[in-house]
Amino acid sequence: MAGVNMTGVSPKTAQVSDLIWKYMRPENMPHIWCPGCGHGIIMREVAQAVENLGIDRDKLMIVSGIGCSSRAAGYMDANTLHTTHGRAIAFATGIKIANPELEVIVLTGDGDASAIGGNHLIHACRRNIGLTVVVMNNSIYGMTGGQYSPTTPTGEFGTTAPYGNIDRDFDVAQLAIGAGATYAAKGSVYHVPQTVKLIENGIKHKGFSIIDVADVCPTYYGRKNKKGSAVNMMQYQKDNMVPADKAKTMTEEELKGKIVVGLLKETEYPEYTEEYQKIIDRFVKGAK
Amino acid sequence: MMKKLVINSAWCKGCGICAAFCPKGALEVVKEKVRRKEGTDCILCGQCELRCPDYAIYVDETKEDGNA
Amino acid sequence: MPKRVLMQGNEACVEGAIAAGMRFFAGYPITPSTEIAEVSAVRLPQVGGHFVQMEDEIASIACAIGASTAGAKAMTATSGPGFSLKQENLGYACLTEIPLVVVDVQRSGPSTGLPTSPSQGDVMMSRWGTHGDHPIIVISPSSVKETYELAIRCFNLAEKYRQPVIFLMDEIVGHLREGIEIPENVETVDRPTVEHPTAKLAAYHVEPGQLVPAMAPFGHGQRYNISGLFSNEKGFPTNSNELTEEKMQRIMHKISDNYDDIVQVEETGLEDAEVAVFCYGGTTRAAITAVEEARAKGIKAGIFRPVTIWPFAERELDAVCKKVKKIVVAEHNYGQLLHEVERVAQGRCKISFIGKVNGTVITPDEILAKIEEE
Repeated sequence: MAGVNMTGVSPKTAQVSDLIWKYMRPENMPHIWCPGCGHGIIMREVAQAVENLGIDRDKLMIVSGIGCSSRAAGYMDANTLHTTHGRAIAFATGIKIANPELEVIVLTGDGDASAIGGNHLIHACRRNIGLTVVVMNNSIYGMTGGQYSPTTPTGEFGTTAPYGNIDRDFDVAQLAIGAGATYAAKGSVYHVPQTVKLIENGIKHKGFSIIDVADVCPTYYGRKNKKGSAVNMMQYQKDNMVPADKAKTMTEEELKGKIVVGLLKETEYPEYTEEYQKIIDRFVKGAK
Repeated sequence: MMKKLVINSAWCKGCGICAAFCPKGALEVVKEKVRRKEGTDCILCGQCELRCPDYAIYVDETKEDGNA
Repeated sequence: MPKRVLMQGNEACVEGAIAAGMRFFAGYPITPSTEIAEVSAVRLPQVGGHFVQMEDEIASIACAIGASTAGAKAMTATSGPGFSLKQENLGYACLTEIPLVVVDVQRSGPSTGLPTSPSQGDVMMSRWGTHGDHPIIVISPSSVKETYELAIRCFNLAEKYRQPVIFLMDEIVGHLREGIEIPENVETVDRPTVEHPTAKLAAYHVEPGQLVPAMAPFGHGQRYNISGLFSNEKGFPTNSNELTEEKMQRIMHKISDNYDDIVQVEETGLEDAEVAVFCYGGTTRAAITAVEEARAKGIKAGIFRPVTIWPFAERELDAVCKKVKKIVVAEHNYGQLLHEVERVAQGRCKISFIGKVNGTVITPDEILAKIEEE
C-alpha cells in the first residue's frame, strides 16, 4: 500500500485508513449506500488518484448532482457542492471559469450524467473545459428504486422496464468522445489500481476528461436482473474484462456484456479557461 | 513501521467483497460482519482495502510511536 | 464628473451590474433579454470578468451559481420561457444562500407567446415560481436610469442577504433608449465572509445577531459542503425536523424582518390624492402622463409605484388605502398584483383594474379613462 502524505492533516481520531481520514469526512459515516454498492469503491479510487497527484485538498473541488452517486460530495473532505439533478457539470463549469486554480472533479451517476444532464455533458466535452467527470455507472436509478437508465442494456429489466428494456443503451465514454472529449477512459470497481491510474491521468489531462466507471448495484440492478450478489457482480467484471486496446479490435457483437477497462482517447486541444484568459489579457494587464 | 489488518465493524455492512477476493481466504462474514478466519494467514496485501465500499477494513501502517 | 450617455435598458442593466462588481455572466440567447448577454460578452473581459454562453437556460443559472460559490458576483438573464426553466435552480440558490442576480426581461406569454411584445406576466412566477416555500427579493425598474441604479441595488441586496434577487424588467424598459448619467462612484456591498477560513469552521453557522452565515468562497481552506437538501451547519444533509424548521425560519425571516431595508416604493402626488394609480415597471410611463392629464382636468390623482415588487409593499400601500377613494391598478397582465392590492385595501377604497395581454402597451388615455370612471 502506498503511504499517504499526512502532512498538515489532523491526527486520526477514528478507526480509518490514512487515505480515508485525509480525504473523507468520517463524522458523516457509515455512508448511506447499500451493502455491496460500488459507489464507495469509486469514491476511494478518486481519493487515491488525488493523493497520488498530491493535490491540495483546499484546491480540490468536488461537484455532484442528484442520485445515489451524488451523495459522494458530502462524504469527501474538500470543497464540495451537491447540486441539482443533472446539473453538476453546469455548476462545475461556473466554478472552473471563476477560479481555474481549482481542480474540479464531477462525481455523477449514469442517469445524472447521460439522461437529465446529457446536454451539459456533451457541451462540456465540446468546450474542452478542465473538468474531470467520473461516472459511477451502475446502469440503474438507485435512489428512486430501480428504474432503467440510459445505460441499462437493451433487454434487461427495471421497475419501469417490467417487460424488458426496449431502449438502446448509451456507451457514455463513446458519447463523450463523439462530443469532442479530449480524454476518455473506462474503469471498473473490480479493477481498482487500473481505474485509479485512469482517473489520475484524467485529472492531469489539460482539458475535459471523463472516466466511465462500471459500477455495481446489487440491490436494484442485481436483483431485477438476477445478477446475484455484489460479489457475483464483481466476479463478473473480473471474468469479462477486456483491455481497451483489445476492445478496439473487437466487433460490437463480441463486446456485448464485456467490461472494457483502459484509455479510449487522449488528445491535445486548447483548454477553455486558458483560451478565455487570453481574451482578458488583451484588456487587463496582470489580471488573474 | 508496523503493519496490521484493521476491521472497523461499525462501518462493515457485510457485503462479503473483501472475503471473496482475499487471495488467502483469510476473511469470513458472520452475522453480516466481516472477521478474520481462524487458522488462516493474512499477508497484508491490502486487496480487501481496495475494494471495501465501506472503508471498514484496511492495512494500518502505524509507526512504533503510535503516530501515522 | 458623472458621464452622460445614451443607453438602452438592457445595456444599463449590464453597466449597473458591472459597477456593482459583477464579474461573471452566464446566459443563453432569448428575446427580449439577449442584449444583456451581448453587452456582457463585450464588457466583462474588459474588466477581468468572464462571460460564458451556456447550452441552455438551466445550465446558465447553474453556471452562475457555481461561479458565485467560487466568489464571483454573478448574474444570468432571460425572458419568460427561460425564466420558467431556471426555477428549480433558483430555489437551490435560495436554500443554499448563494448570492445571485437573475434578470427576467418579461415578454408576452404564456408559452412562446409574443417574444418582442411587452408584458408583466411573470410577477407571480417571480414570487412563487420555484417549488416549496422560499424567500425572494424582486425589483422592477421603470426607466433606463433606474435600471442602472437598481441593478446595483440587486447585487448589493443579493450579497448582503446571501439571497438570489430577481431583477424583473420588461420589454418596454429593456428596449428603451434614454440618456442617463453614469455616476463616478457607486456604493457596493460584499457578502459576509470569514477572515481565516479553516476546515473546522462550520460554513452555515450563524452567529447570534447575524442575518446570514459568513462563509469563505470555495477554494480558500474552509472545505465545506453545500447541498440542496436541508443540512446541518456544516452543510451535511440531515432529516432533522428541528434543523429544517430552524433553517426555514431563518431564511424567511432574514427577508421579512428587514422589510424596511428591502422594500422601496415611489409615491408621486399622493399627498392630496383621491385617486391613486398603482403601477410598476414600464407601465409607469403611461401612468405618469395619465396622472398629469387628470391633474390638468382637476382630478386629484397620484401614483403609487412599488420599486420592490416582492416582498410586497403592503405597509406603504395600507397608508394609501386609508386616504384615497379609488386605486387604479395598471399592469400588463390579467391581474396579478391586483389581488395583492385588493388584499391590502380590504374594501376601504374602490379598486379599478386595467390590464393588457394582447402585446400592445397600456396607453395614458386608457389609464385616464379609468381614473375618470365613476
